[in-house]
Amino acid sequence: MAALENDLVVRIGGDSAAGGIVTTGEVFARIASFVGLEIYTTRTIPAEIKGGHVMFQVRVADHPIYSQGDELDLLVAYDQESQERYYNLLRPGGIFVYNSNDLTPPDGGGVKRYGLPLNELARKIGFTRGRNIILIGALVKLFDLPYDRAVEVVRRQLGRKKEMLEQNLTALQTGYRWIEENIGVESPFHLRGTSRGVSDAAQDERLVISGNQALSIGAIAAGCRFYAGYPITPASDIMEFLAAEFPKIGGTMIQAEDEIAAIGMAVGASYTGARAMTATSGPGFALMVEMLGHASMTETPLVIVDVQRAGPSTGLPTKVSQGDLRLAVFGGNDDSPRFVVAPVSVEDCFYQIIHAFNLAEKYQMPVVFLSDQDMSVRVQTIPPFDLSRVKQEPRLVWDGNGPYERYVDTPTGVSPMSLPGMPGGQYTAEGLEHYASGAPGYEPELHMANMEKRYRKLDAALPDIEAWGMYEQFGDPDAALGIIGWGSTIGPVREAVARASENGIPVAVFYPKALFPLPDARLKAFLEKRQAVIVPEMNYTGQFAGMLRARAQSYGIERPIVKVNQYGGRPIATRQVYEEIVALDKTLRK
Amino acid sequence: MATATIEAAPVKYTAADYKSEVKPIWCPGCGDFGVLSAFYKALADLNMNPANTVLVSGIGCSGRFPAFVEAYGFHGVHGRALPLATGVKMARPDLTVVTVSGDGDAFSIGAGHLPHAARRNVDLTYIVMDNEIYGLTKGQPSPTSPHGMEKKASPYGYPDFPINPILMVISYGATFVARGFSSRPKEVTDLIKQGILHKGFAFLQIYSPCVTFNDTFDHFRQTTANLPTDHDPTNRMMAIERAMSLDPLYLGVFYQQERPTYDQTMAEMRDKSGGQFSLEKLIGKYRT
Repeated sequence: MAALENDLVVRIGGDSAAGGIVTTGEVFARIASFVGLEIYTTRTIPAEIKGGHVMFQVRVADHPIYSQGDELDLLVAYDQESQERYYNLLRPGGIFVYNSNDLTPPDGGGVKRYGLPLNELARKIGFTRGRNIILIGALVKLFDLPYDRAVEVVRRQLGRKKEMLEQNLTALQTGYRWIEENIGVESPFHLRGTSRGVSDAAQDERLVISGNQALSIGAIAAGCRFYAGYPITPASDIMEFLAAEFPKIGGTMIQAEDEIAAIGMAVGASYTGARAMTATSGPGFALMVEMLGHASMTETPLVIVDVQRAGPSTGLPTKVSQGDLRLAVFGGNDDSPRFVVAPVSVEDCFYQIIHAFNLAEKYQMPVVFLSDQDMSVRVQTIPPFDLSRVKQEPRLVWDGNGPYERYVDTPTGVSPMSLPGMPGGQYTAEGLEHYASGAPGYEPELHMANMEKRYRKLDAALPDIEAWGMYEQFGDPDAALGIIGWGSTIGPVREAVARASENGIPVAVFYPKALFPLPDARLKAFLEKRQAVIVPEMNYTGQFAGMLRARAQSYGIERPIVKVNQYGGRPIATRQVYEEIVALDKTLRK
Repeated sequence: MATATIEAAPVKYTAADYKSEVKPIWCPGCGDFGVLSAFYKALADLNMNPANTVLVSGIGCSGRFPAFVEAYGFHGVHGRALPLATGVKMARPDLTVVTVSGDGDAFSIGAGHLPHAARRNVDLTYIVMDNEIYGLTKGQPSPTSPHGMEKKASPYGYPDFPINPILMVISYGATFVARGFSSRPKEVTDLIKQGILHKGFAFLQIYSPCVTFNDTFDHFRQTTANLPTDHDPTNRMMAIERAMSLDPLYLGVFYQQERPTYDQTMAEMRDKSGGQFSLEKLIGKYRT
């Protein structure tokens, strides 16, 4: 056990009414990242404000991490419920740290158990709300992390009030000492790569960031200067982020009265030339669909972020899902083209939101950006953003010469757009079918020509989608077994494929980031080389698998599709994907 | 009362200059024609630059209004004219924004947006052409239809009771609240001008009868009257009291108040934020 470890999963559970569970996890994760380790956090919080079970998990390693990890090395339980929920997830030889004042651990089972009298220790230092910091001190010692780095992080994260800082540091020391005195010098976990000094840390360019934060920064970098939104879990922090930053750069953030108003304001702003965005989650996105169709009809650029959570209806507001794909691609009355873009990770939220803006602006079309609860709230270490990759595609604006017709047809379907204030560019953006001038018209030939014009823009965008690298492809290019997926399932897939490769099973993986239109040429070439494909998804019916099947049929390629569906409101596990790979490999070898 | 300064256009426009090439599709005799010509006249009187003027509408007979005006226009979805117009104005405060709805668009499907545009004091003019009926869908009762009205959708009499838009909007915090009648075009022109010049959310309820499904011309000729000469539009209680009168139904400016507009408040927020921004610095906050 005292051997060097390079990959550990720690889970902390408790009741939110007791407070501090997420803080415990976040501060601990930051200490780990500060000493040079990679972190990947996961959390489930109750949908209620006060009370309810909270789980915070952090995976710590000395190498890049792509998923939350399947089994626990260390479980920290504040209360009985956490013990009951997670004890059996501990791997043999794992460690159980529990609040010995509040619960009694189950018998052995090959697990080391350390009871911490958290309530008692907190009382002793006269800081009853300091249990979480005491626990952090204990974890620092258990992991043999440098104590001075821990002090530095506590100072940064919790040092806003001076008196509080003193108390917090006392609590930190109390936990650290307790482990030292009661468990001994020999730490159960030694993590590699923990010995660097402060100067190394100061030069560290890596970021500790969430998907929503990365997305918000990406939107600013993409030139977004108008945002309207309505509070909804788990998208609200995008609104809060931009509320703080937009005023500094002359941007406008409006908290609207509902989601319909939010998308309406964004459409109105975009009509005047602003790069505009709204963000929401499933229930809010459902409300926006009518206006999404209108933006498609009036050819107004717009980015709509849907941070997917488990549904239907209110569903599980704080749990992950990929259940809005069908709504994103097909939602609306009649055929209304839009782009659907899906990032695959926290880091990718930054790059793909820029692509989303560029598609919206260049092709004058709404773009639905499908992130999910897991990647949006998860904090993890990522490489610094490469700002040299930030490019802003301009909107095709009317040059001001000659008589103006807003919806004049062109080879790409994209018509020059005049902006209010341009003399001679007056037109009415029209939700009714319309002539090139914008005046309403209803002839069958007109409607047909316009449908074709609006859809032609999708075809015109395919070379950009390819050139901008809006896909990930890895694994063995000659493998018979393929995986095609979208969004954040790429993490567990990456790890499962690596494990399969170690065990001699070659797998090829394709993750398009433009889900509509799908990159047909690349997809077709990928399918042609496979005998069967696995499609992992966090929804019940296999929404993406259904779309793929239809595309494959249109290419005349029939391949068995094995669906792997996680619909419990939690991420797909690496093991779940790996087991499916092994099973399918066996079938293919027969 | 502070008023907006309208930038003088290089030319002198006439009412005819604001007529677009699209011909109105309204029924002959529709009250909306009166509002439209009053609107052309108001723009000409103010010498508005068509390129800096944006008309936003929702759905209904009223929704077609922007297409008939030589200006920038946005014909939106049903009930959402105000959010669309708010987006236009907040992204481009230099533009003059006029929003047009009917009673269904404004008070039924879009009623949820009215209090918010009013309390924010978005600097735009909201003209609601009220015919107390759904005209485009051929005559169903609306939120301003009288109780008991017999229509195809209310064969035994309309069971709902009408709202009082003026009373409602005063209570929402609108800073300019007025009522007109399309058969009195001079006054309507004057109200539109005052509304455009008002810095803030200007609400205009214009009775605009539907000749086909709810011909109320005579009714309004008989029951409307100008607000008494002693009316003080800065007195909110007096405005509320007179808004409650059903006989007569008063016409004129009920209420006017000066309050910072939404774009002015946003500009203040920008000052408060310090205005210092660097993408590199922002990213730097997330270093390990």
